[in-house]
Amino acid sequence: MLGKLDLSAIPLSQPIPLITSFVVILIAVAVLILITAKGWWPYLWHEWITSVDHKRIGVMYCLLGVVMLIRGFADAIMMRTHQALAIDAPGYLPPEHYDQVFTAHGTIMILFGAMPLVLGFMNFLVPLQLGVRDVAFPTFNSVGFWLTASGALLVNVSLFVGEFARTGWLPYPPLSETTYTPGVGVDYYLWAVQISGVGTLITGINIVTTVLKMRCPGMSFLRMPVFCWTALASCMLIVATFPILSATLAMLTLDRYLGWHYFTNTAGGNPMMFVNLVWAWGHPEVYILVLPAFGIFSEIFSTFSGKPLFGYRSMVAATLFICIVSMMVWLHHFFTMGAGPAVNTFFGISSSIIAVGTGVKIYNWIFTMYGGRVRFEVPMLWSMGFIFTFIIGGLTGVLLAIPPADFVTHNSMFLVAHFHNVIIGGVVFGIFAGLEFWFPKAFGFRLHEGWGKVAFWFAFIGFWVTFTPLYVLGLLGMTRRLQHINIEAWRPWLYISVIGVGILILGVISQVMQLVVSIRDRETLRDVTGDPWDGRSLEWATPSPPPFFNFAVMPNVEGEEAYWGIKLRAVETQQLSPEPKYEPIHMPVNSPVGFFTAFFTTVFGFAMVWYIWWLASVALVAAFVGFVVFAWRDIHEFEVPIEQVASVDRARRAAREALLEKLTRQEVLP
Amino acid sequence: MTYTGLPASVEAIRRVREDPHRLGHRAHGPEEPVAGAGHGETGPARKRIIVGYGFWIYLLSDIVLFSCFFAAFAVLRGATAGGPTISQIVDIPRVAIETTALLLSSYTCMLSFAATNARSRLWTQIFLLITGFLGLVFVLLELQEFIELAARGITPQVSGMLTSFFGLVGLHGLHVTLGGLWLATMLAQVQVKGFRPEIVHRLICFNLFWHALDIVWIGIFTIVYLLGSLT
Amino acid sequence: MGRLQIPKGSLCRALRGALPCGLSSVGLASCSGGVLDPLGPVGAENATILIDSAVIMLAIVVPTILLAFWVAWRYRASNPRGEYLPYWSYSGRVEAVVWSIPTLTVMFLGGLIWIGSYELDPFRPLPSKVRPLEVQVVSLDWKWLFIYPQQGIATINQLVVPAATPVHFSITSASVFNAFFVPRLGSMIYAMPGMVSQLHLQADDPGQLLGISAQFSGDGFSDMQFQVKSVPAADFGAWVASVRGTGPVLDRAAYAELLQQAQRVPPSTYGGIDPQLFLAVANQQIAPGPGPQPGGPHHAGREVSTSGKD
Repeated sequence: MLGKLDLSAIPLSQPIPLITSFVVILIAVAVLILITAKGWWPYLWHEWITSVDHKRIGVMYCLLGVVMLIRGFADAIMMRTHQALAIDAPGYLPPEHYDQVFTAHGTIMILFGAMPLVLGFMNFLVPLQLGVRDVAFPTFNSVGFWLTASGALLVNVSLFVGEFARTGWLPYPPLSETTYTPGVGVDYYLWAVQISGVGTLITGINIVTTVLKMRCPGMSFLRMPVFCWTALASCMLIVATFPILSATLAMLTLDRYLGWHYFTNTAGGNPMMFVNLVWAWGHPEVYILVLPAFGIFSEIFSTFSGKPLFGYRSMVAATLFICIVSMMVWLHHFFTMGAGPAVNTFFGISSSIIAVGTGVKIYNWIFTMYGGRVRFEVPMLWSMGFIFTFIIGGLTGVLLAIPPADFVTHNSMFLVAHFHNVIIGGVVFGIFAGLEFWFPKAFGFRLHEGWGKVAFWFAFIGFWVTFTPLYVLGLLGMTRRLQHINIEAWRPWLYISVIGVGILILGVISQVMQLVVSIRDRETLRDVTGDPWDGRSLEWATPSPPPFFNFAVMPNVEGEEAYWGIKLRAVETQQLSPEPKYEPIHMPVNSPVGFFTAFFTTVFGFAMVWYIWWLASVALVAAFVGFVVFAWRDIHEFEVPIEQVASVDRARRAAREALLEKLTRQEVLP
Repeated sequence: MTYTGLPASVEAIRRVREDPHRLGHRAHGPEEPVAGAGHGETGPARKRIIVGYGFWIYLLSDIVLFSCFFAAFAVLRGATAGGPTISQIVDIPRVAIETTALLLSSYTCMLSFAATNARSRLWTQIFLLITGFLGLVFVLLELQEFIELAARGITPQVSGMLTSFFGLVGLHGLHVTLGGLWLATMLAQVQVKGFRPEIVHRLICFNLFWHALDIVWIGIFTIVYLLGSLT
Repeated sequence: MGRLQIPKGSLCRALRGALPCGLSSVGLASCSGGVLDPLGPVGAENATILIDSAVIMLAIVVPTILLAFWVAWRYRASNPRGEYLPYWSYSGRVEAVVWSIPTLTVMFLGGLIWIGSYELDPFRPLPSKVRPLEVQVVSLDWKWLFIYPQQGIATINQLVVPAATPVHFSITSASVFNAFFVPRLGSMIYAMPGMVSQLHLQADDPGQLLGISAQFSGDGFSDMQFQVKSVPAADFGAWVASVRGTGPVLDRAAYAELLQQAQRVPPSTYGGIDPQLFLAVANQQIAPGPGPQPGGPHHAGREVSTSGKD
């Protein structure tokens, strides 16, 4: 009846997951009680859970990402402290638990932390920047988000019920085959990542279609903000590579569940095929994450320098260049497999060539600042921190792309330091810069500047104190994923790294404080103009937060930097453009289909993990029925009456009049 | 052909541009922005274009999915682990019937869409039914093939080659089966709701899906069965 | 294409002098037994390439970082001396330079990659007058088996090699992936089931080195270490003589025991071997390791995995 599931799946003998489970369940129950007591359910259900508004979905993506970043960070704290305590000592995590921690850390940080945040930014920003009212497929957008959330939920359920994979975040066979890892851990991994991967693919298709087919009048390709270009490149990579992940995981699933032989080390299976396939997804995945971050930095450098982005076409070319080349470099993750010098040379050079694209971008950002009026507000601090950190990370990356150098640094702590250097320095700094930058757009008030600066400095210094020792450890010959250590020479560096983690914890606390303080002081931090940073692209033309229909009248773009042009003309003529003729707007109706689908796929995934076949079948049928019911609905859109459109837009225009006066008085514009 | 003094390539481009019947660009060349095409000058595309476009992108991703299973088959083709080789398991006559059924179903699928364009509910339904029937024939034949192989002890658990064979062919069979479910849903929808815009959009997507499965099958037929029977 | 010959210790001295002071502590630390303190020609070349390319890139990277901070500071909004050029967003000359700097660097490094990949191909024998020693390596759960086919002996978690003699390793795995790595000797390579990787290394001087697995292989991974002893050639012969004929013989039965999972396996030796054993492992004539056994002594962790009622 319950498959493999019984009481022994609850980790009663292990205090860490048990206490964590207990606390998390307690918090969850408390939140549910609070929501019920306050009567917030209808609001949550109508405004968020069933919402098909791209901004709401973007915010929910970011919320999911932030929560999972904290979960992944907790794993990171455990890894660093455990290793420091496990020098000639057992430490506090036994191998079978420690192995789960580093696997969960990698999986969560990449797939459930960084990915949702990046997708959240794309969801929130792309339609606003393109001057349209929604993405191409609003309901599918909701499905995509909820599937990602479903995967994240499964990963976290594994903490309470059963175990997570102990194989590393990419479960290399034969280790991940049932022969060597018989537990449910790998199965949790497979279903969680498979389900969220489908969600990501849906969002990828959605954004590609949106960028290519839904732009406001006049928004030709070379007038799009660079963020839209990077979102397009990133989503094209999603469309091209996430099916590879789906296929690879499906094959491993067949091996594990039905005893097939794709990757086994018996009966002709080929484990190296897994390594090739998974990195054919895994390397582009890195660029799926970092390209939108590049887009965020481009917007920030340009806005806070008060100048257009330098070499816009160059930036677009470099983005597409990286997008294409990133699919031709996967073998650099296993030069040490012995593929031969010709193959290694090809992939070594193609990997280094990516540095041309990123190098061009770095120089273009520098020249964007040249001749500008650079304002060092918090997003700009993150961006400067990024330039420094990412250049060093790029340097060590190219070192690892040189096969003979990789032969002594592969899988070492040097490698660990390198990819944290680019992923934290590139993606995470980009995400924090972006959160800081667009928070007022999403919520209508700025984040507290002082706490933001404190958070940046803790994160920046903490990062370097944590990861510089790891570079050294790598050169000392320390490999990754060691549960205990018996080399005395490594001790001081592991201790320094823990100090760095302490500083990073202060950084995280500062960020939480920033949020708390900002919510408390939200009235003084209120953004009444809709344009708090003197922005240049169309999202700043809307009020903060934007109305659900984004634009009362679709803007007509007449040049690059659409909103900057509108603003400039207003200042020159000392008046806003004449009030447009308002028309009723048609918006898609909310739909619970995403939530229902994700609910049933979660049940399905859980049932599959525990071999509860009847429940899996029921869940699949229910998901299909849900879709048919959805497909049967008769009303797709509702009409926003002219009066509502007009009143929202008149309020916006009044705020713009005030902004216009302020701009004229300050002579901010040239 | 008049001599214009231009280099041949420029001349060729000029002629292509001036050709009013050139493929894909009839309605919206660069000089003549058309509303609803989604080309930047005129704002978002019409719903019909967006839906079709999005579905094309999904199909591309599905082709990538199949490519991985093709790649796995190419890698594991020789890994028979003492079991049967590919030439010992292919049964060309049956596959020929399967292929015929599937190709015919693509043809009837196209006819159903022609009927949809003529807004003939009866003929749309009839041709969709025939399409579904041919798809069912295909799936049943494939199932029969798998069952017969299993009866001979030829299962995916035997070797890497058989794993990749059953994986690739089975994935396609699964797609056809899901396509059949979709088709059944569409039959009901057309019957109940008639040719509303969203129903027509779904019919377009279904057509694209069904034809794509055909193309994938031609790849499987050639690479797995025909080339397999040669060795 | 001559081999770079680097006297021992000079690398460390060069490093201390060459690297900027911020990194010199890294260099100092690295002289205590890491990949920057090589004991053989392969490791020396690995380290040279690592350092050379780092220095080449630093020559570009450091000025770029300085430029970034100088520009940001110079054009800060509060500085009236920075001229405001609100529309300066394109310059063909700057673009040309911007594309060519990384392109040239990468072209230069591309040459290094090309030459280095061929020069340091792990499958390529080392040029030496001395006949290489053959060692067959099998990675097991969780121990290393070294077979000396020419000497007819085998060891567990202990690798003894004669100094100044090239060693040819043939490496395979009896269960999951591992990577054979002796940091001070240089290049690592994967041990993979069903195939044989080749690796050529040499220790120039006698010494005690650390060998590890550099690819995660399961719960016992952390203890998959082996001692590497580089001894003078004469001592090597004496060691072989002392091992040969004493202790157990590595036949199929003894190997079957090795296939069982075990952690923290102490070094040991076999006085005799089955000469066909390595081939049989690599061809998978002998079935790979069985993995964790329910209720076995080394089956760590919760039993949720295997108590399945299915």
